[in-house]
Amino acid sequence: MHRKNSLAWLIGGAQGSGVDSAANLFAKACAFGGLYVYGQREYYSNIMGEHSYYQVTVSDRPVRSVRSYTDILVSADAETVFLHALEVKPGGAILYDPKLAETPLSKVAALEHRAREDIHSYLQARGLPETMSGMLHDAQARGIQLYPVPYDELLHQMMGEKAPQLAQAKRIANAMAVAASCALVGYDIKLLERALEDIFFGKKKVIELNLRACELAYEYIGKHFARDFPITLEPIVANESRIYVTGYQATALGKLTAGCSMQTYYPISPATDESVYLEAHQIFERRGEQGAIVVVQVEDEIAAITMATGAALAGARAATSTSGPGFSLMVEGLGWAGINEVPVVITLYQRGSPSTGMPTRHEQGDLRFVLHAGHGEFPRIVLASGDLEECFYDAIRAFNYAERYQLPVIHLLDKSLASSSQTHPAFDPQRAHIDRGLLNSSAVGESYKRFAYTETGISPRTVLGTPGGIFWNTGDEHDELGHITEDPIERIRMMDKRAKKLEIAAREIPLSEKINIFGDPASELIILSWGSPKGAILDALEALWAEKRSVCFVQCRLLSPLPSDDLRKLLERAKRRVCIENNYSGQFAGLVREQTGIAMDHLIVKFNGRPITMDEVYQSVKEILLGTAPRRMVLTHGA
Amino acid sequence: MARKPQDFKTPVHNNWCPGCGDFGILNAVQMALAELDLEPHRVVIFSGIGCSGKTPHYINTYGIHTLHGRVLPYATGAKLANPDLTVIAVGGDGDGLGIGAGHFVNAGRRNLDITYILHNNGVYGLTKGQASPTLKLGVQTKSLPQPNINQGVNPLFLALAAGYTFIARSYAYDTRHLVTIIKQAIAHNGSAFIDVLQPCPTYNDINTREWYSGEDRKDPQTGRAIPRVYKVEEQGYDPLIKPGMSDAEIAAKLTRFIEKALEWGERIPLGILLKNETVPSYEERILERIPFYRETPPARQRISDAQGRPTLDLAKLLEELKVT
Ligand SMILES: Cc1ncc(C[n+]2csc(CCOP(=O)(O)OP(=O)(O)O)c2C)c(N)n1
Ligand SMILES: [Mg+2]
Repeated sequence: MHRKNSLAWLIGGAQGSGVDSAANLFAKACAFGGLYVYGQREYYSNIMGEHSYYQVTVSDRPVRSVRSYTDILVSADAETVFLHALEVKPGGAILYDPKLAETPLSKVAALEHRAREDIHSYLQARGLPETMSGMLHDAQARGIQLYPVPYDELLHQMMGEKAPQLAQAKRIANAMAVAASCALVGYDIKLLERALEDIFFGKKKVIELNLRACELAYEYIGKHFARDFPITLEPIVANESRIYVTGYQATALGKLTAGCSMQTYYPISPATDESVYLEAHQIFERRGEQGAIVVVQVEDEIAAITMATGAALAGARAATSTSGPGFSLMVEGLGWAGINEVPVVITLYQRGSPSTGMPTRHEQGDLRFVLHAGHGEFPRIVLASGDLEECFYDAIRAFNYAERYQLPVIHLLDKSLASSSQTHPAFDPQRAHIDRGLLNSSAVGESYKRFAYTETGISPRTVLGTPGGIFWNTGDEHDELGHITEDPIERIRMMDKRAKKLEIAAREIPLSEKINIFGDPASELIILSWGSPKGAILDALEALWAEKRSVCFVQCRLLSPLPSDDLRKLLERAKRRVCIENNYSGQFAGLVREQTGIAMDHLIVKFNGRPITMDEVYQSVKEILLGTAPRRMVLTHGA
Repeated sequence: MARKPQDFKTPVHNNWCPGCGDFGILNAVQMALAELDLEPHRVVIFSGIGCSGKTPHYINTYGIHTLHGRVLPYATGAKLANPDLTVIAVGGDGDGLGIGAGHFVNAGRRNLDITYILHNNGVYGLTKGQASPTLKLGVQTKSLPQPNINQGVNPLFLALAAGYTFIARSYAYDTRHLVTIIKQAIAHNGSAFIDVLQPCPTYNDINTREWYSGEDRKDPQTGRAIPRVYKVEEQGYDPLIKPGMSDAEIAAKLTRFIEKALEWGERIPLGILLKNETVPSYEERILERIPFYRETPPARQRISDAQGRPTLDLAKLLEELKVT
């Protein structure tokens, strides 16, 4: 059955061999053709040699997630075939280098023990040889087309003795595999050419070399194989200005738009990329003048948060960016910012935990942690973005909340968001607004009290250096001036004052910034979620709605203060409720039960370090609708 | 109108023990600020946690009493955001060389223009006298159930190794000396470290005021005590390393520094032991990347217009990501 402009594509290979660049090339070629693209990178905590792969979903309608299957598998090594061949759909294709075909399973050194055992059993049960061609035979029997492409030979044809060796040859072969993929789906090679020019901008020789190699691979497919691949890709006209952006970039751009002028960080996956991007773009244009952000790589995460806090005290919009282990170290500093009412923003990219856990893998395991991190009680705002657009606009909001309510704000993201790339309408700064709260920038007067008691609990703030604005801060309980006190009455007043701010925030922040509702809340089933599963849920929702299923999706974006009344109203009406999240225990479901009294009928969790796919949502929701689902479902897809 | 130390005092009740060396350091800071005639609102005193950590509350400038061990990164953040501020960090020896040792080392690497005053009393004062990182091996101060099992770290060596470009030592009960040192530390363009020997009358019964002033060793002729502390400047010691010096000259300076830093016990040197003007400050390093950093540092970026619209030219940044 022929299908146009809907494709799941996957490339795999050894880390450091150019898999990412090839995926980027393919994604950009599609994006230049006006198609919608979603890409997700999977990699080990390793520099070279371990298996990495990259999934790209392409469509003529917006796509927001990865699939459980793939239509085209591009393998840069035998390991990829062993690990991913079973994900290829009947009617799909495997592109591979024929010289690798006889690689035995035992020679694939980097394979995890469990995976090796499973593949071994799989092949043995079918009486197939334990080699890559064993896997390929099996695939063929399942109706998958095989496309051997002799990359080395083609390169030799093209360049003779001057053909590049090893590492470089591998990279070019990956680009050739992209070209072969384009040929399979009949996609215009001109768009690939544009992508090459974009990626290797200015490097004429590299572009030329890659282009020639790509042309050869493209022609090779045309010459050697029947043109019967059932999926085609065709450029479409995009009537908007669109970007292809990665999660950490979207967040960084949001920070810059917000006026963040200082960012501190200590290297940690998957947060580092954002800080590196900021440093690489440290100077930029502001209306009529140049602007800058000072990015400081510090000695540890304790310094990261305390230095950012110091900068915030001086009046800069300051942030730090980290992941679980780093946030663990920041906790005492978080409390200090809380008691001293300092607007500081912490961008937290969750990853597989606890401890160093799975450093480069995905998880949403830190929700409970960020809500309670720190000894004692102090207000904080926690917001979680669900996609790249929210990464951008929420990054701006984070600073507004921080300054308006004078407290630390945690912008909760994760590995899946950080490493996913997506075509997206260009972000619009006109939709952004900067709110610096009650900030006195000029002389205030002798009697200035930094922590003056007010109706709202919010006291007008000065920054260090303001004439007449002198104040004191201390991590001890303090009076209105900021001096230490242990007076029991003053203590009650100060605790009340700080707590009050969160009540005001809960009242002032509009519902649209707290909750997104997709579909009719009076549906059969309400799906509740937060953060990055949004994409897979929305993609699945489209398919479910197309089947006239009665499903609604409620995405919670503000996690502290939790909009519990609004959630309760929504959930009360539902016949059945399911919460979907990337952790073991269903942290959000638990939180909602605690604060609304409403328990979920079902819980769908995934904690294997891989993001939830559209198909997983689709299938498990369908089981719920059919009444065959258990209360707790654990999703397991992903190599 | 010149300012007076009185202008830098607050009415906050001071709850240090009578005779605490912290009083001497506090007075010296207030006098130095007055003598430099600094406007109070341009000065920020940061402190760590400990008895010494209370210092900012007694000084009428911006005062930020931070976390145990974290005084330097807080101070660094403020100074980076607004380099026009005069930033002084103070803290205990436990604070700076125990829990905060990592920050002490890394602040030295930056050479940011701040002054760090270490209240070196050999004990964890506020937690009732446990051994601090500067207490020598085998010494048993009042609260210790056993003699100190660790070696004491040498703050001067550590400062040198870390990269501080101004390293001095002074004495809490020699306020005049301390005032001159603090003034020069503030004037120094780079990270200045002052190791202040500070008797703790309550918990350190070894390195007492009497011990520092040599009450236990009287000149048999005059009957006068022979102080252990002495001033290097009175011996013609010259701490300056300046641009243009040969490697040999610099090596000779460092050798002299090491000799001085090793002295302890019978003779304890005070004074500026190193002033290195050959290392660029952190501000200068940032200026190489961001030439307009001084005019519009992070705290003074014009991030939005009167209507609250962001001033960033986002379109330019999006250009490299554009696909259609
Ligand atoms: C993280 C943390 N651990 C422990 C303490 C308890 N504590 C308070 S003051 C102090 C030691 C202070 O000693 P020092 O830094 O030498 O200052 P001093 O009191 O001698 O001036 C300790 C351990 C704390 N406040 N925070
Ligand atoms: Mg001490």
